[in-house]
Amino acid sequence: MSQASAVTRPASEASASHGPGGIVLSAILSRLVIVVPYLWLLVFFLAPFAIVFKISLSETAISMPPYFPVFSWEDGLSGFWENVKELSFANYLWLVDDPLYFNAYISSVVIAAISTFLALLVGYPMAYAMARAPSSIRMVLLMLVILPFWTSFLIRVYAWIGILKPEGLLNQFLMWAGVIDSPLQIMNTHTAIYIGIVYSYLPFMVLPLYATLEKMDFSLIEAAQDLGCPPISAFWKITFPLSLPGVVAGCLLVFIPAVGEFVIPDLLGGSQTLMIGKTLWNEFFGNRDWPVASAVAVVLLLILVVPMMFFQRAQARSQEQER
Amino acid sequence: MQGKLSRFNITALVLGFAFLYLPIVLLVIYSFNDSKLVTVWGGFSTRWYASLLSNHLLLDAAWVTARVAFISATVATVLGTLAALALVRYTRFRGRFLFSGMVFAPLVMPEVITGLSLLLLFVAVGLDRGFLTIVLAHITFTMCFVAVVVQSRLMSFDRSLEEAAMDLGATPFRTFIHVTLPVILPAVVSGWMLAFTLSLDDLVIASFTSGPGATTLPMRIYSQVRLGVTPEINAVCTLLIGVVTIGVLAAAIVNKRRDIQRQRDEQAAAQAN
Repeated sequence: MSQASAVTRPASEASASHGPGGIVLSAILSRLVIVVPYLWLLVFFLAPFAIVFKISLSETAISMPPYFPVFSWEDGLSGFWENVKELSFANYLWLVDDPLYFNAYISSVVIAAISTFLALLVGYPMAYAMARAPSSIRMVLLMLVILPFWTSFLIRVYAWIGILKPEGLLNQFLMWAGVIDSPLQIMNTHTAIYIGIVYSYLPFMVLPLYATLEKMDFSLIEAAQDLGCPPISAFWKITFPLSLPGVVAGCLLVFIPAVGEFVIPDLLGGSQTLMIGKTLWNEFFGNRDWPVASAVAVVLLLILVVPMMFFQRAQARSQEQER
Repeated sequence: MQGKLSRFNITALVLGFAFLYLPIVLLVIYSFNDSKLVTVWGGFSTRWYASLLSNHLLLDAAWVTARVAFISATVATVLGTLAALALVRYTRFRGRFLFSGMVFAPLVMPEVITGLSLLLLFVAVGLDRGFLTIVLAHITFTMCFVAVVVQSRLMSFDRSLEEAAMDLGATPFRTFIHVTLPVILPAVVSGWMLAFTLSLDDLVIASFTSGPGATTLPMRIYSQVRLGVTPEINAVCTLLIGVVTIGVLAAAIVNKRRDIQRQRDEQAAAQAN
């Protein structure tokens, strides 16, 4: 905390004119700024993970809460150790043994990766065009990208059911146009999930891309073209490398939540698609198996820890550049 | 300055925005469909909106959701603004790395993990699941979005204004209220709105943390959607989209007006000198 008070030194010097009470008060206030949100996140964000880990080592029981052992303060230290001995990695062995879980993890990561790539393909041209647009309409375009993000996620996924189902609007249109003779089966396939993820997460891809492309100096492109570089190789040699921070941020913002996505595979993917968010939900709400659901969550978190660290580093770096 | 858009750029924008907006537009159009079959057009009608008024399950759920969103957004705005101040103003303090990690991680954390972990916390401390637990859960995940929005505004903040106020003898607290807060207020307001809509919208975390007697609107919509697409749900969704769109546009217009007013004031002040 000593460095923190050094940063606020001008503040405490100024308040010296208000007497010693002012100094104490402002010191307390400046500490509260850090301590209050810090404690909140420790209690409601970090501590729950310790509990999830502990329960993932427990056994399922038919009681409330539905797991065993249950730690309580009355047992004292000896009771605590007795309970610790009851914990085991049995649930994790279960996850490894049953190919259902392994396949669910693999297919979640693959589906999320493909969707992220598709979102990049759709989002990059949009972000590029927005960055090149006259500044008068740029704010309007930005607003248009952000607006769907404000409307309900659930509603936006739901809207696709009416479009994609066999007697839905897309099939009606394609058959009316004479492109196909019989309805396409898109609902309840992976294609429907790709569409759902790209659609729902597109703003997360476009916004960071736009932020880096907007800052780019487009005269570099003109210089390259003046020197005889064809537009496409100018793009790959100049624009794309310069926009890489945005590409990385956008891809992580889409990929990480998509791996654990529940609503999209549940509503658009049907009962055959295997995704880990859905498996976790079913273990919890369907089978009421809290310990296995916790073990599924711990492993999912382990898979996502590395991309999350990348995301955090990218965030920190872009902050440094703003300063 | 950039020149005119090439044909490729215009195509990308038109296709991209069509992709983003067509599904929503179709949903809205079909909420006025007279036919009970959702994908067959049977003429214009507002009867599904009328039938909503007698659907007490949906109305109750909407009322619960509105209260949860209002309370959690308000608390999350306070906590998120504090977190943003801590991140921008205090570049070094013990545990800052952990703190910034805890602020950014919830932005990308899969909702099933957040929901499950919060539920297990509430069970472990013996808190009855219901209205309060949903509010606590929503505060936790929305405050991080508020923190990011406010933080970006604080970064571009001219700190010499604060130093001037303090040189003139204002305490840090008064400086914050009279100098800092008015400048970052647009970001704080949009942070509140973001937290409000995220809470309004959330299905997964609410499903984990709610108990009997506290069913939110998304939970109610979800249980009906699983049974199939109905015109009534289209009507609810249209109303929700309408409320959010009007809110966001109103906020954008107010912000724009204020910016123009400030520019005028600055010009007037410059001319007076």
